[in-house]
Amino acid sequence: MDPKPPISDMTVARPRPLSPNIQIYRPQLTSVLSIANRITGVMLSLGAVGLVIWLTAAAMGPRVYGEVHAVIASWGGRIILFGFTFAFFMHLCGGIRHLVWDTVHGFELRWIYISGWAVVVGSIALTWVTWTVSLLLAG
Amino acid sequence: MASKDRRSPLARARGLGSARGGVNHWWAERVSAIALVPLTLWFLGSIIAHAGSDYAAFIGWLKTPLASISMVLLLLALFHHTALGLQVVIEDYVHSSAKFGAVIMVRLGCIALASAGITAVLRIAFSW
Repeated sequence: MDPKPPISDMTVARPRPLSPNIQIYRPQLTSVLSIANRITGVMLSLGAVGLVIWLTAAAMGPRVYGEVHAVIASWGGRIILFGFTFAFFMHLCGGIRHLVWDTVHGFELRWIYISGWAVVVGSIALTWVTWTVSLLLAG
Repeated sequence: MASKDRRSPLARARGLGSARGGVNHWWAERVSAIALVPLTLWFLGSIIAHAGSDYAAFIGWLKTPLASISMVLLLLALFHHTALGLQVVIEDYVHSSAKFGAVIMVRLGCIALASAGITAVLRIAFSW
């Protein structure tokens, strides 16, 4: 009769089954918006660094500010700024959705999808309005 | 109840227990988020209004008390919210010993950036 190995050895030898994760699930609006809120949050952290650089340049005088402004006004700078604008509105709309959820409202599946699409449409529309007005004012 | 556990909150958190700071973190994230709604919209509106402005006009606007105070409040709320949010992201995805150092670096980085931003605003506000 073979001596049985202690239970602790058995648990170490056999890897425990893991529950299926993102690689097996089809992306849905709910899961995509969930991770989008995180990704935009991390993106906006970089935008916050840019804000400090911009303010510091302004405090250092017109020459330094002009150099930073030239980078922002370049095509690359404008594309990044456009990305930050969309990330901002997405995080804002998604954040308001979360604040509504914190009051224990809007958890019915129908409302989850209505508010989800409202976040998508709202962020695109607000980004479009922001850039249209800015470009019209800048001339 | 709390007196039965002789470990420090840090030791408890490292042992995958609760540091009992979760509710505080959750609330601070919400309060800073609510503060950021009007502050960021004010900032965006002001930037749009100054889309075609030169340096002098921009500085003239930032020197007004309303703009200076709002910008300082924005920086405080923004970096508080950033530190809280990035901490959660790190805690969720970093499982090595780098987690602890990364959270501290984010905290210190946010404090440094907020201080730099506020200093810049105050320098502009009190220059002439």
